[in-house]
Amino acid sequence: MRKPLLEFTDKGIYCSAAMVYLDPWKPVDRAIITHGHADHSRYGHRQYITHHNNMPIISHRLGEINVLGKNWGETFLINNVKFSLHPAGHIIGSSQIRVEYKGEVWVFTGDYKTENDGFTTPYEVVKCDTFITECTFGLPAFKWIPQKEVFQDINQWWAENQAEGKTSILFGYSLGKAQRLLKYLNPEIGKIYTHGAIENMTNVLRPMVEFPETNLITRETKKEELLGNLVLAPPSAHGSTWIRKMVPYVTASASGWMTFRGARRRRAIDKGFVLSDHCDWQGLLDSIKATGAEKVICTHGYSEIFSRYLREQGYDARTEETQYEGELNELNATKEESVAMN
Amino acid sequence: MKNFAQLIKTLDSTNKTNLKVKALSEYFKIANDKDKVWTIAILSHRRPPRPVNTTLLREWASQLSNIPLWLFEESYHIVGDLAETIALIIPSKKSSTEKTLTQFLEEMIALKKKTDEEKQAYLFENWECLDYYERFVFTKLITGGFRIGVSQKLMTRALSKATQIDEDILAYKLMGNWDPNSITFKELVLEENESDYLSKPYPFYLAYAIEKEVEDLGEVSDWSAEHKWDGIRSQVILRNDELFVWSRGEELVTDKYPEFEAFIRTIPNGTVIDGEILPYLNDQIGTFNDLQTRIGRKKVSKALLEKVPVILKAYDLLEWEGKDLRNRPFIERRQLLEKLYSAVSSSGVEKPLHLSKTMHFTSWKEVAQERDLAREMHSEGLMLKRRDSPYLVGRKKGDWWKWKVDPLTIDAVLTYAMRGHGRRSNLFTDYTFALWDEKKNGEKELVTFAKAYSGLTDAEFRKVDTWIKKNTLERFGPVRSVTPYHVFEIAFEGIAFSKRHKSGIATRFPRILRWRQDKNIHEANSLNDLRKQIPGEPQK
Repeated sequence: MRKPLLEFTDKGIYCSAAMVYLDPWKPVDRAIITHGHADHSRYGHRQYITHHNNMPIISHRLGEINVLGKNWGETFLINNVKFSLHPAGHIIGSSQIRVEYKGEVWVFTGDYKTENDGFTTPYEVVKCDTFITECTFGLPAFKWIPQKEVFQDINQWWAENQAEGKTSILFGYSLGKAQRLLKYLNPEIGKIYTHGAIENMTNVLRPMVEFPETNLITRETKKEELLGNLVLAPPSAHGSTWIRKMVPYVTASASGWMTFRGARRRRAIDKGFVLSDHCDWQGLLDSIKATGAEKVICTHGYSEIFSRYLREQGYDARTEETQYEGELNELNATKEESVAMN
Repeated sequence: MKNFAQLIKTLDSTNKTNLKVKALSEYFKIANDKDKVWTIAILSHRRPPRPVNTTLLREWASQLSNIPLWLFEESYHIVGDLAETIALIIPSKKSSTEKTLTQFLEEMIALKKKTDEEKQAYLFENWECLDYYERFVFTKLITGGFRIGVSQKLMTRALSKATQIDEDILAYKLMGNWDPNSITFKELVLEENESDYLSKPYPFYLAYAIEKEVEDLGEVSDWSAEHKWDGIRSQVILRNDELFVWSRGEELVTDKYPEFEAFIRTIPNGTVIDGEILPYLNDQIGTFNDLQTRIGRKKVSKALLEKVPVILKAYDLLEWEGKDLRNRPFIERRQLLEKLYSAVSSSGVEKPLHLSKTMHFTSWKEVAQERDLAREMHSEGLMLKRRDSPYLVGRKKGDWWKWKVDPLTIDAVLTYAMRGHGRRSNLFTDYTFALWDEKKNGEKELVTFAKAYSGLTDAEFRKVDTWIKKNTLERFGPVRSVTPYHVFEIAFEGIAFSKRHKSGIATRFPRILRWRQDKNIHEANSLNDLRKQIPGEPQK
């Protein structure tokens, strides 16, 4: 039997015909990287190939690396295997990786979302035979509300807190979620303050996207000047002394996990906004159908449940273990992790 | 319904007690009277009987959302709450309803008697015309168990704020048996009505566990000590030649304990005794495990009455000659109680009334020595009551303290895990623990002995959860077996032989004391080590 075009190895997803790894979790010679989140772009590879827009992000995160930039849809050959990157809509610079060899096409999604957020290059359907998909939110309980409505709620929440003379603290992952929040917060309500990790990452992205003005919180920042304004902070800052100094405040988290009442209460957050950079249940089903793939491989998320459902729908679907975490960091981030993340 | 759903949403979106009280009291000011009564009923666990069983709810919800039943079940295990799962999965339509909370509850009461087809049609119609929060609340009312982080105490405080009626008086008014379907807000809350009080118990005074050194309580001579008995805390009421027995959970349990009928006409009318219902076998107090056989039964058979008879161990006298004694000092109430007790016991007939002995010590050291005897006496430890203390309402600090014996402990191996509910949904927090046992062929095996789901910090639970997800051996629906690897120190209050448990031993209140990361599984204890902890049992 011929070897499959992409295999799941202990280092990551491997294309033996091209001797290239996709988003590997252990150091390798050559890695094609979907996007800049820590579980997909790790330290220690000899060469990184990724989309141009992701280059400043991973360079910021990983420091001096050997990285080669590509455009959307630009094909490049490695040992006669044809690769190209296509927008995944997850965060700025996030790609799906298309792999074609001897007439067979595989697509690896990395992380993706189908909703157009208005500033990330929107997700594009790529036809393929085998589709390797994430399924972080692969349960019918997940149904996203259009972001316009979510941001109305968020801005209203901010205005209400302001009326009560309180500081609004909004948690979101420092790469991706924080910028999406920033993009649609209404700067007419008040000033937007940032945690250092978010400020730095936003500055990396400013040349590509126009964002409202932010104010970095420093040791000199007085808590009085924060009152009525909004602080953007990474989830790991929740419960820290850094936050506790800001009383009186109200906290909120923006994440797909906020669908669950329990997830919010467990973290003792006052308010939860359901906002995700991943697909919801219907988003996953629709995009799988649109690819025309017969074979589906489910990676991180509720993969067992999701692939069983796909099999019942007539797909040749299975799961593969990976070390990707999806949006887990937003749910369970601890202080140690945040140090590693930033 | 819109008001009520909005209230639940507001309560749900804050962790701060003050904001919850504020939201509730504002609701009490604007809601109509019938809705207010129902809200009080729901928040004090008086919901109408469940009109539809949960099996049918699951089937119909998966049908309406057009997904297979197994997928609904999987989602439910992850979400951790049935009403929430249904609210999330069923597609929302754009229509809406103006029906009030009361209308919905009246419909639910009527629904119980209808056919399955009618029930299904009713649910389909309402699920679809409600928005997410309304659908959650509606389904929660059907499934019952409305636990949303609002205690009865908090609700009473909000009601007091809205009506300007004293909180303790309200607590008293809201106790006992009342039917939200027929009572008016005026009758329940606003009016003074003597005849209503016939069956009413007083709110129980509950103690906190002692926090500091017992010596910090001051002069030992100011304190009265007695054993803390492990049964069902109850009030026995005699008024108008009628008997009422109330458990601490505000459940009327008169029919479950026919022994106490002997009190009618032996104990004068206008008497309320606070005490503990205890199993009493062969002239000694049994274990909680013995009592368990009585708790679940509504109608008790003659055989069971003979096998596990109960007595009332009297602590306190709250009402005497129809007068509320709660503001009198404890020793004065005790004197009256003792007088009552000797009158009853000298009446010749054997009555199931015992006195919980009060003890007075001259040093805290003697108190501690008495506490050490607790397990032998089948008590949980000591209660310390200030001699001049009034009988307060609810859990209050200062005058009464419980001083329990230190729990028994054993080191056990984590073998199975299940996802938690509520704030722990989606996390594996419900664990099963096992101890070593030797098979006949000398081989060692792990035998399940207890389940526990409290005692770790949120951060520890997250760590164990991550580990479980990576070390699952097998899945049995919501339960996973895991590689035996982690050792936990399990604490428990009581221990007894049991035929209902696989290990042959039942433990009371098992909980996790510590995660013993310093121990490997071979250093965990054996079933035999556990057996040795059973008091008074021969060591095998």
